[in-house]
Amino acid sequence: MSTSLLPFRDLQLDAHGRLVLTDLNGVLHAGVTPVRAHPISAPDEGVSLVGADGHELAWIARLSGLPDGPRRLLEGELGGREFHPVLQRLISVNTFATPSTWRIATDRGEVDFVLKSEEDIRRLEEGRLLITSSHGVQLQVPDRWALDKHSRRLLERFL
Amino acid sequence: MAALEGRLQAGENVVATLEVDLDAQGRFARGLIALTNSRLLACEPAGGAWTEFPLAPGQSLRLSDHGGLAFMELHDARQRLARWRFTLASNPAAVRLADAFGREQLRLAGQAPREADDAEDAAFDFGEASKPPSTWVLLRLWRFARPYQGQLLLGFALMLGSIGATLVAPYLTMPLMDKVLIPFQNGQAIDTGLVTLLLGGLLGAALFSWLLGWAKTYLLALVSERIAADLRTATFEHLLGLSLEYFGNKRTGDLMARIGSETDRISVFLSLHALDFITDVLMLLMISTILFNVHPGLALATLVPLPFIAWMIHLVRDRLRTGFEKIDRVWGEVTNILADTIPGIRVVKAFAQERREAQRFREANAKNLEVNDRLNKTWSLFTPTVALLTEMGLLVVWGVGIWLIAHQSITVGTLTAFLAYIGRFYGRLDSMSRIVSVTQKAAAGAKRIFDILDHVSNVPDPVNPQPFENVTGAISMQGLNFRYGSRSVVRNLSLDIRPGEMVGLVGHSGSGKSTLVNLICRFYDVTEGSIKVDGVDLRRIRVSDYRRHIGLVLQEPFLFFGTIAENIAYGKPDATRDEIVSAARAAHAHEFILRLPHGYDSLVGERGQGLSGGERQRISIARALLIDPAILILDEATSAVDTETEKEIQRALDNLVKGRTTIAIAHRLSTLRKADRLVVMDRGEIVELGPHDELIAKQGHYWRLWEAQARRVDAEADEDGGLLVVAPNPNAHTVNA
Repeated sequence: MSTSLLPFRDLQLDAHGRLVLTDLNGVLHAGVTPVRAHPISAPDEGVSLVGADGHELAWIARLSGLPDGPRRLLEGELGGREFHPVLQRLISVNTFATPSTWRIATDRGEVDFVLKSEEDIRRLEEGRLLITSSHGVQLQVPDRWALDKHSRRLLERFL
Repeated sequence: MAALEGRLQAGENVVATLEVDLDAQGRFARGLIALTNSRLLACEPAGGAWTEFPLAPGQSLRLSDHGGLAFMELHDARQRLARWRFTLASNPAAVRLADAFGREQLRLAGQAPREADDAEDAAFDFGEASKPPSTWVLLRLWRFARPYQGQLLLGFALMLGSIGATLVAPYLTMPLMDKVLIPFQNGQAIDTGLVTLLLGGLLGAALFSWLLGWAKTYLLALVSERIAADLRTATFEHLLGLSLEYFGNKRTGDLMARIGSETDRISVFLSLHALDFITDVLMLLMISTILFNVHPGLALATLVPLPFIAWMIHLVRDRLRTGFEKIDRVWGEVTNILADTIPGIRVVKAFAQERREAQRFREANAKNLEVNDRLNKTWSLFTPTVALLTEMGLLVVWGVGIWLIAHQSITVGTLTAFLAYIGRFYGRLDSMSRIVSVTQKAAAGAKRIFDILDHVSNVPDPVNPQPFENVTGAISMQGLNFRYGSRSVVRNLSLDIRPGEMVGLVGHSGSGKSTLVNLICRFYDVTEGSIKVDGVDLRRIRVSDYRRHIGLVLQEPFLFFGTIAENIAYGKPDATRDEIVSAARAAHAHEFILRLPHGYDSLVGERGQGLSGGERQRISIARALLIDPAILILDEATSAVDTETEKEIQRALDNLVKGRTTIAIAHRLSTLRKADRLVVMDRGEIVELGPHDELIAKQGHYWRLWEAQARRVDAEADEDGGLLVVAPNPNAHTVNA
């Protein structure tokens, strides 16, 4: 097959809200899940469409390279499944020892966040942080140096 | 809740509720979903509008989660009716709601639903211990000091005595100056008797203080060393009791540093710095009392610089403390690189990545330097400033003293005594200022240790454990769910295993086989559901009582440093030599052990160097045989060795399996030929269950796995004619195998 073609024949959303993929052989697969291969380092590159049985059905090299229709569909589906609130402000922490409960302001509203241990703070390049709560919510910090002074000082104690 | 009650119709009961914490746009907001016996009511998080869905046959409620976000979807036969989102905090409630929904559906269909048996599980509290540890972390060391109360009290008394004795000396300089030296300058003869008396007093005080000081230091050092030793042991013991999950999240280097160097730091702090500090405080108090008794005015002038120094100490305290915590963490990173690289040295060398590892180490070290440099900027300023303030204080005393002498208010002797006291006084302040940093360091260390001690084991021992003896090995798993972080690894799994039955777990890697085995061993506790052995919930049995009945043979057998006999007897240290030999015989290990230069007394290393994989495996089988377990778990016991060795191990395993409930995981399906039943798992769920022949006949998951392997064996032209080879079948699902 030539690379300029779509890696699948068609992609639709059914009444159950499931993605239905028609593969290159014309076989229908319902309940397809898009999965980003590099969700942190390169979200746009490499999206796999995985069938209900866990096998890959199609590989999309670049999400932005898709035609508008399927791309919107996939972005919508990914957007619904991804939940990475962005930390805007650390309001208070109850203790500097872990487990520690933080009151935080995110782009999704204010919430209490429990940090189970300092190891749950993952440092990425250039001051980016990914913090996992005790319930598995992934909190993003795009640039910890860009936070306000109060938040930075509180956060500093856990780094 | 009140709003919900207002919406209920006559005769309508709420069966289950779920608080959702996200709205449709994924913003944090509160909403409520309630299931009644006739409707599903939902208060949407955004705006608080109520929607309702009358229950009808054919509806289903589906739960799913991904990356910390969970969904609940209501479907009917034709379409999706609604979708809610929430974080995993609400997941247990969601599972209960979905279960209740299933029962209501059964009831609607006219079937008698199985009643919920939550009553028993409700007695357990699996909530996280969220009480934060106190900031006064060092005071918590008292728990370890309590056994030594008596010695501490005695040491304290000795300390008081020795300080008192040292303070006698400056006091005696007053009469020495006023009654001997100054009269002599004014032309009077020296009173030899008085001089002898005073000098004798000075000598006596010095000797007395030396003796008491020695006794005190010795006693308290003894005690502090014991406290630190107890702390170290307690931490290690607690660490051993923690679940595997904890070890999975921590790095070895960090844990080693905590138990080793941090406890040592605390010991030094207690025996040296804290002791000095208490001495200093007591001395300050005593000196102040003496000074105020001699001359309140001059005493006041002497004490003026004190608040300044205290303020400065306070000012620097915060900065230093965070700095030291950071240094600790950076230091942990440096040791972590060592702990990563040295065990993996073969990989490093094989891929010629020495330079990269060196670079990694250099970077961590540079970071360590940078953090230290930043802290030292503050720290270096600190000590000279204290010294400067000391000099200032002395100047004040000189000035005020001369003025008072000029006004005939005090004698020269008094001023001399004051200056002598004040020398000690400020000298101590200088060293007391050092207490800031060492206390912070020790507190940071203590915090890291109490982090371990405060960590409640995820597999806690029950308060009132049930006795667990004469185990037959019947295992019953009901509605198991297990989540690792935000990933659901085992979903809604139910399985009953009869005593003495051999069950093989089959599935792709990542299908949850090992996790299931870990749950059965109770290395982790299930998130939901229950595992019962002989009808007793695992959480009601003491962990050590339970594990005594479990034999575990792993893919990578771990041999401890010691003799082969010790390694075989690891699970039963009081085993006799005969028992060890017969276990080794049954495990087909006896003969190769005899070929070793020292037989059963041969030393084996950390990872069993000098023994082949198959030999190590047979030692670990002998180890499992020796404890005669009711439940046996074989986790890929033969996958690390070649086919020839596998046959030997298989013979050893056949001895082991006899009469025990056995759960075996194997990739090579042929090794499971003796299994009574096979459990085929896929993505955390059981997809097929039954004996080999039945599953083959069914042509489902197992058949596909079997066929793929058989074909591979066939392709390799394996000479093993006993293996059943199914004719390849061109099927879309197996083409890619």
